[in-house]
Amino acid sequence: VALLHHGWDIVMKKQIETLPEGHWRKRLDETLRHGDVPWNIILIAASIVLMILVVAIGIMLWNQSADSRKMFGWAFLMPTSDASWDPVNGHFQAWPFIYGTLLTSLAALVLAVPISVGIAVFMSELCPDWLRLPLNWLVELLAAIPSVVYGLWGIFIFLPTVVAPVGNFLFETVGSLPVVGALFKGPIPESGVSRLGAAFILTIMIVPTITAITRDVLLSIPNSQREASLALGATQWESIWQVLLPYGISGILGAVILGLGRALGETMAVTMVIGNSIEGSISLLRPGYTMASIIANEFAEAVDQLHSTALIEVGLALFFMTLILNIIARFLVWRVASRTPAEARV
Amino acid sequence: MSAQFQELIAKNQTRLNGRRKFTNTIMLTVTGLFTVLALIPLFWIIGYVFYKGGSNLSISFFTQLPRPMGMEGGGVLHAIEGTIVLSILSSIFAIPPGVMAAFYASRHPNTPLGIVLRFSTDVLAGVPSIVIGLFVYIIMVMPMGHYSGLAGGVAMGILMLPTIIRTTEEMLKLVPGTLREGSLALGAPEWKTSLSVVFPAALNGIVTGFLLAISRAAGETAPLLFTALGNERYDIGTIIKNGIAQKQSILMIVERIVDQPVDSLPLTLWKYAQQPYPERVQQSWTVALVLMIVVLSVNILARLWVESRRRSLQG
Repeated sequence: VALLHHGWDIVMKKQIETLPEGHWRKRLDETLRHGDVPWNIILIAASIVLMILVVAIGIMLWNQSADSRKMFGWAFLMPTSDASWDPVNGHFQAWPFIYGTLLTSLAALVLAVPISVGIAVFMSELCPDWLRLPLNWLVELLAAIPSVVYGLWGIFIFLPTVVAPVGNFLFETVGSLPVVGALFKGPIPESGVSRLGAAFILTIMIVPTITAITRDVLLSIPNSQREASLALGATQWESIWQVLLPYGISGILGAVILGLGRALGETMAVTMVIGNSIEGSISLLRPGYTMASIIANEFAEAVDQLHSTALIEVGLALFFMTLILNIIARFLVWRVASRTPAEARV
Repeated sequence: MSAQFQELIAKNQTRLNGRRKFTNTIMLTVTGLFTVLALIPLFWIIGYVFYKGGSNLSISFFTQLPRPMGMEGGGVLHAIEGTIVLSILSSIFAIPPGVMAAFYASRHPNTPLGIVLRFSTDVLAGVPSIVIGLFVYIIMVMPMGHYSGLAGGVAMGILMLPTIIRTTEEMLKLVPGTLREGSLALGAPEWKTSLSVVFPAALNGIVTGFLLAISRAAGETAPLLFTALGNERYDIGTIIKNGIAQKQSILMIVERIVDQPVDSLPLTLWKYAQQPYPERVQQSWTVALVLMIVVLSVNILARLWVESRRRSLQG
């Protein structure tokens, strides 16, 4: 068959070679025999499809939320103290969910950043070589555990044993302070179901993200920086704190923002542990809702047109929030990567 | 400078050095403690899921459909089959465009299209999975008028795309340039070089990339909530048996498999965990065990494979 094929090629080539210069068949043959033009077209088409996908997500959500956008305008997203989410009377305001998302994510960030940066420092600067790879894997396994499993473990094990006591402790100590106290107004439900529980679970889930990128950033710092600071008499910690972390700060910031993006969009685990209640309290220790969890809980059952468009608008807001964060984060990470020449990396 | 003054400086220096050393030790220890702290949940979760889920594990769990509450036994066959169907569908949707885009990105990293491509890959990776679920609901479930495994497959496929593109791109870049150049120098056109020289050389790594992507997507629930929806009576065996009995074509049978709501393991876990019956909650732990075994073993195997591959390529 291969011989036949080869023969056919030769015949065709001979035939075409006899054609005058510039004949359409000759030109077509030159293009196709080479095959690179169609190949490139396929590659470019695939790339363009991917780009269109991102844009299409935004456009589709925008179009489908038209009703809700027209009806409620910006008030839909604005902070209010008496927001209502009332499918029966068709009145929707998303502020409680936006607040829940922001509060849990920021709380998770406050906890996760020191831990992640600590781990990254340990992995890149301190730990012996043989430990580095297994540690790397363990941290990535943490990211591989499905979100529903986190949720299941969260409601039945983690919340009652850890979050509830911690919540009570916070209520008793910080809860009576003048301004901050409002955030820690308890009491926390006995099951531990609360925004604090969601924040803790989110912390566990975003630590791998922040750690992985921070570690890469630290590893990409040229060794000359370490050597120079150590040679000047700095201790190892001083070299890390005063030289390496400032050097990689924009990359680390990028990692933190990516972690924040992940926390904002996390759905299942949060839905399972946050309690899903729309109450007026702003406290971390009370049950709440997040943007993702209201969509997960209500969208499949939303029969009313306005209800589902309102939920899609919540999704749209979530999409834009993560989009902007991602753009900022990528820009920061790229800047570090491009500043460090590849040869200088360890 | 008087001798006394020098002595004072030296004394201060020692004190300062002592404090600096102390801070050093403390902070370095703290980083180690943080590492341990972060790994506690990992072992806690794995241990508990094995402990709770393992006690209920039996063959019937894998081979039977759920029974109504109150009846003994019953399994999650529907979810296992659904997960497999969804994984296959999402691979079909995600792998060809993903690999093609990765070829482009690895060959032309610095063209405008290449930069935009990598950027949109990153952005897509950051889009919350629930938003992807909404998107697929709008573009597929609404026009079709019903929930289906097909829509679930598309949603999972979109979720897998960034992982596939990134790992494939990385693996393609690991292929030595000399291989490519050798093939090009022999007169092979670019596409032939890509497909029959570079691609096979990177294939192992690319396959592990797929595995990682699938293991991640198979654990996702959010994008399936309103695309695949869930279906407790889903049973491929019955569909095929009926199809053969009614002399339907293979295409018809495939259509019946993918064009109806489909369940998956994480979706089942999520539903069972919220039910008030202790039996269901117990079953959800077992589902969690099965899910963890599948996801983690694929993940670990893929990583082992990538690592050995990288060593052999770089070594």
